[in-house]
Amino acid sequence: MKKTLQLLSGNEALALGAYHAGVQVASAYPGTPSTEILENLSRFKDIYAEWSTNEKVAMEVGMGAAYTGARAMVSMKMVGLNVAADPFMAASITGIIGGLVVITADDPQIHSSQNEQDNRHYARLAKVPMLEPSDSQEVYDLMGYAFDISEEFDTPVLFRTTTRIAHSKSIVDVKRERIVVNAQPAFLFNPQKYVMLPVNALPRHALVEKRMERLAEYCETFPLNKVIWNKKKIGIVTSGVAYQYALEVFPEASFLKLGMTWPLPQKMIKDFAAKVDKLIVIEELDPFLQDNIKAMGIKVSGKEFIPLVGELNTRIVTESSIGAGLVPESEKPEVLTPAQGLPRRPPLLCPGCPHTGIYYTLNTVGQRAKLLESKEPQEPKLIITGDIGCYTLGAYPPHNVLDTTACMGAGIGQALGMEKAGVKSKIVAVIGDSTFLHSGITGLVDAVYNDGHITILILDNHTTAMTGHQEHPGTGVSAQGKETQSVDIESLCRGIGVKDLKVINAFDLKALRAGLRDSIDREELSVIIVRGACAMQVRKREHPRKVDAEKCTQCGTCLKLGCPAIQTADGKVYIEPTLCAGDICQLCEQLCPQKAIGI
Amino acid sequence: MLKKMDIMITGVGGQGVVLASDIIGETAIAAGFDVKKTDTLGMAQRGGSVVSHVRLGEKVWSPLIKEGEVDLILAFEKLEAARWSHYLKPGAIVIINDYEQPPQSVSLGQEKYPSNDEIFAALKRRTDKIYLIDGNKRAKELGNVRTLNIFMLGCLAAFAPMSSKVWQESIARRMPENIREINLKAFELGRKEIESVRIGTH
Repeated sequence: MKKTLQLLSGNEALALGAYHAGVQVASAYPGTPSTEILENLSRFKDIYAEWSTNEKVAMEVGMGAAYTGARAMVSMKMVGLNVAADPFMAASITGIIGGLVVITADDPQIHSSQNEQDNRHYARLAKVPMLEPSDSQEVYDLMGYAFDISEEFDTPVLFRTTTRIAHSKSIVDVKRERIVVNAQPAFLFNPQKYVMLPVNALPRHALVEKRMERLAEYCETFPLNKVIWNKKKIGIVTSGVAYQYALEVFPEASFLKLGMTWPLPQKMIKDFAAKVDKLIVIEELDPFLQDNIKAMGIKVSGKEFIPLVGELNTRIVTESSIGAGLVPESEKPEVLTPAQGLPRRPPLLCPGCPHTGIYYTLNTVGQRAKLLESKEPQEPKLIITGDIGCYTLGAYPPHNVLDTTACMGAGIGQALGMEKAGVKSKIVAVIGDSTFLHSGITGLVDAVYNDGHITILILDNHTTAMTGHQEHPGTGVSAQGKETQSVDIESLCRGIGVKDLKVINAFDLKALRAGLRDSIDREELSVIIVRGACAMQVRKREHPRKVDAEKCTQCGTCLKLGCPAIQTADGKVYIEPTLCAGDICQLCEQLCPQKAIGI
Repeated sequence: MLKKMDIMITGVGGQGVVLASDIIGETAIAAGFDVKKTDTLGMAQRGGSVVSHVRLGEKVWSPLIKEGEVDLILAFEKLEAARWSHYLKPGAIVIINDYEQPPQSVSLGQEKYPSNDEIFAALKRRTDKIYLIDGNKRAKELGNVRTLNIFMLGCLAAFAPMSSKVWQESIARRMPENIREINLKAFELGRKEIESVRIGTH
């Protein structure tokens, strides 16, 4: 075995590929499935890597670095590119000097997102080239081209992965070593390129169109756009992980496998189409390749039988191709149904989670159980707008405490909108500390400025928990582990003009109830910072709680906390000692009406 | 020697499923196989259902195993063996850790944890080669319940086309020094355990 062979995830291969390609500045905001890219890059001490406040800022940091001739990379999940779309479009028109590579990690099947958007459309919208790998080796290899293409064509490059590429591991032959092209970056005065006043921007647009023409030539000979000839009855155009499924289902077909999916190699596609009897496209999500090939006047099918919704796999491609008459009926797999009646196991708030106490409080103060019992839709007594993070799990039973979840930072604006529309109920917005700093601040400014009377709960667990505990501006530690200035959320809120500000211990049920009641009854805007460390970051777990079987009346009150450590066996409640967080939490002990829980 | 093997590892977040599947992949590479592996975690917290696909062969394309083609399920939790039974191919091997972690819906009394009969009935639609082993107990006896995942790998190793030496080397590479010895012991214990467990004894 050669020593250079490594089993790497797509994200690991991407970080290593970028490092070897000489990336000097990397910025990102955590988001599944992109998070591990910056985590891996931040371990290299000879580059600068940062967690940015949000994707928009990350993109701007990348632009600035690229303007100086440094190689820069910005990574985010697909919805992050919506946040960063403004500077991304701007980077397209100004172009760059040093290579700028923008990673979009899409999430077909919505494993951990709020939608299933196909970010390939952004390449066409922004008029930038796009690369799409189909395994970790290709991720690594394409990173070797990405920065060169960016610099040669004066353009950001969009690099699109999906969850199945980002989080799958496969063998990578690590062939390259780090090369830094421009060791001393410098910014050179050039307002025609960088100052996008109308007088400069219009000529730049013309240059962008020229650039796309040159790229259209270039992609015809791009080495990772390849034709694999086999039988010519069926010719398949494909890219990304869909290529792997297509290979398994059509071992005898010819393939046009695209590593660069924007712009498309027109001549290559026309030539391929002319030589096969039937041209099909196998792609995940939208008919991006198919529609663009159709627009070339070529007869092609794909989304007529391949699903638009969800991630593909070998079974789906097989069955849909049988349906279209492309694969014989005899190939139909004999498939069992999943075993019926098994209890589900969704992700949960952890034992000792600092969100549990406030969610129990919101559930009981808001009488949320009644909402589920009612047959007709009714307005909640307490409307709770939600946000993106671990605390989104509060939408599940037994909490049932979220009425909305849209996108990062949306909850505060939504709450204000409902108030201004004139609803009669009290309105609370729930947001985590990292999400608040990402895009909740502007919502709070708006609510203060426009005299909102909503209550905003900032659930401060001092980390970005959902994506695996990344640092953020409130933690005072950088992505590379350096002590830095931390943003003080109380002072920030006060500076914005919040008059009623409370800080409450996340594990004090009485204080949470009293504080929440006080805030929602006020005729003014109120912020409550609910503070408690993420249980997964607390090492010390002493004195797991126990249920005194003699005192316990099996009333079930403690089960309403939704703590995974509180379980039942043979109709009796017990606390699993290996799961209980012990002294840091004690919520069940505070709650038990029989005083049956203790050490 | 086997030319290809499709392995599915199932369990609950926090049990060490992902590390175990990484080690299988690294061992297979060292033995000269092509490998792909993919984890389906859903959202990132602990406590949810976790499944990992590991494929090894001369050349592997899809990282996901096709339904009906799994050669072996290594289940760290009983219910999580039954959940993926429809992925098994006829005559496949199933190794189950005899351990129940009731989901919250069960603790809240909304759903019932399936009986052993129900779990085996689901699996027996495809295979009788079911091994039930007491992994948590053995790992605890060894002194650290967190060695469960390596103990389970020991059980799997009896059926996988890689030698003990290659397994031990890749386990040693992945484990920090302070827990290396105990994990190597757990692996050996698992190897022995699977030989003493007869199928169909449940």
